[in-house]
Amino acid sequence: MVELTLPKNSQMTPGKVWPKPANAKKVTEFRIYRWNPDDGRNPRIDTYYVDRDDCGPMVLDGLIYIKNKIDPTLTFRRSCREGVCGSCAMNIGGTNTLACTKGMDEVLVKGIINVYPLPHMPVVKDLVPDLTRFYAQHASIEPWLQTDSAAPEKEWRQSKDDREKLDGLYECILCACCSTSCPSYWWNGDRYLGPAALLQATRWLKDSRDERTGARLDNLEDPFRLYRCHTIMNCAQACPKSLNPAKAIAEVKKMMVERRI
Amino acid sequence: MSDSTHTPMRTPLGRVRGLGASRSGTEHFFLQRVTALANLLLMIAFICIVIRLAGAGYAEARAVLGQPLVAIIILLTLLSVCTHMRLGMQVVIEDYVHTEGLKVLLIIGNTFFTTAIALAGAFAVLKISLGG
Repeated sequence: MVELTLPKNSQMTPGKVWPKPANAKKVTEFRIYRWNPDDGRNPRIDTYYVDRDDCGPMVLDGLIYIKNKIDPTLTFRRSCREGVCGSCAMNIGGTNTLACTKGMDEVLVKGIINVYPLPHMPVVKDLVPDLTRFYAQHASIEPWLQTDSAAPEKEWRQSKDDREKLDGLYECILCACCSTSCPSYWWNGDRYLGPAALLQATRWLKDSRDERTGARLDNLEDPFRLYRCHTIMNCAQACPKSLNPAKAIAEVKKMMVERRI
Repeated sequence: MSDSTHTPMRTPLGRVRGLGASRSGTEHFFLQRVTALANLLLMIAFICIVIRLAGAGYAEARAVLGQPLVAIIILLTLLSVCTHMRLGMQVVIEDYVHTEGLKVLLIIGNTFFTTAIALAGAFAVLKISLGG
């Protein structure tokens, strides 16, 4: 059944309040989810104060400031710091987004920035979620060009119009903001593929060069894999790249009906 | 899903693939939309019938339901609404109930309940309509 309360070992406890940086004129308060698999304790919320005159404007800048200057044990993923790699996806101010492209002043709630890991995923440590299943779901839709015809001498050709059909589908950076914002994915993530994998499935279904459209649709036609999407639209709202997985999923459902009637 | 899909040493991809796609669901999805559209149209007619009968006595109600068009509209409404109810409730059960046995039991119970409601309603309409 759906669990509306957290299991005992996941319930939040008060955490440590770290001292404010000395001589800081402008500080922003961060409340960050902490959990260490090695200490046997429940998760807690630690409070940090970031000196805004000593770091950049983005939430990721704040997190890096905390790690470098206050608490080196704070654990999070980050890499490109420009919204391309998708590593620093987390729940900031109640919304899944990328820490690197979200300005601190955009996410203040009563002057505080709340930072949690992506919801409803197993936590590896602090802000690092376990995305193993998420990646396996992406692999399961076989995200590569599949053809049976003999390979052409040069490239597989595609008209400009057909190429344009992939716009809004191919730009996904697999940050998992959408899938982990979806209630259907929370409740049935073991069988529902989730918006990210389905967006990528649509990207290959719409590719004019691909010859396995039917087999791809067969692989998706399932009450759980595809039809758990109830057009809640959290995915489109959360996507930091402004993509619309819900619309892509609706396109797949349309193709399913099209091939029947 | 069978237990074999949850063995801890199975690879993540093996778990995601599980028992494979069931190659179904489209008919359920499509019928839910068709019945939603039918409900919209039939409910307008149904509400008109209810308004027409407001304050009417039993004899007048019998006379109105005795008209074939009225009886057919009510029967169609029952069929469409109950089908839509069964499909919608099944989705809710699949969404929120994750205990396999209980889920199957509820889906069967859902079919029994909606079928019984539809048939009981149809029987009542036919009985009044045909003057039984």
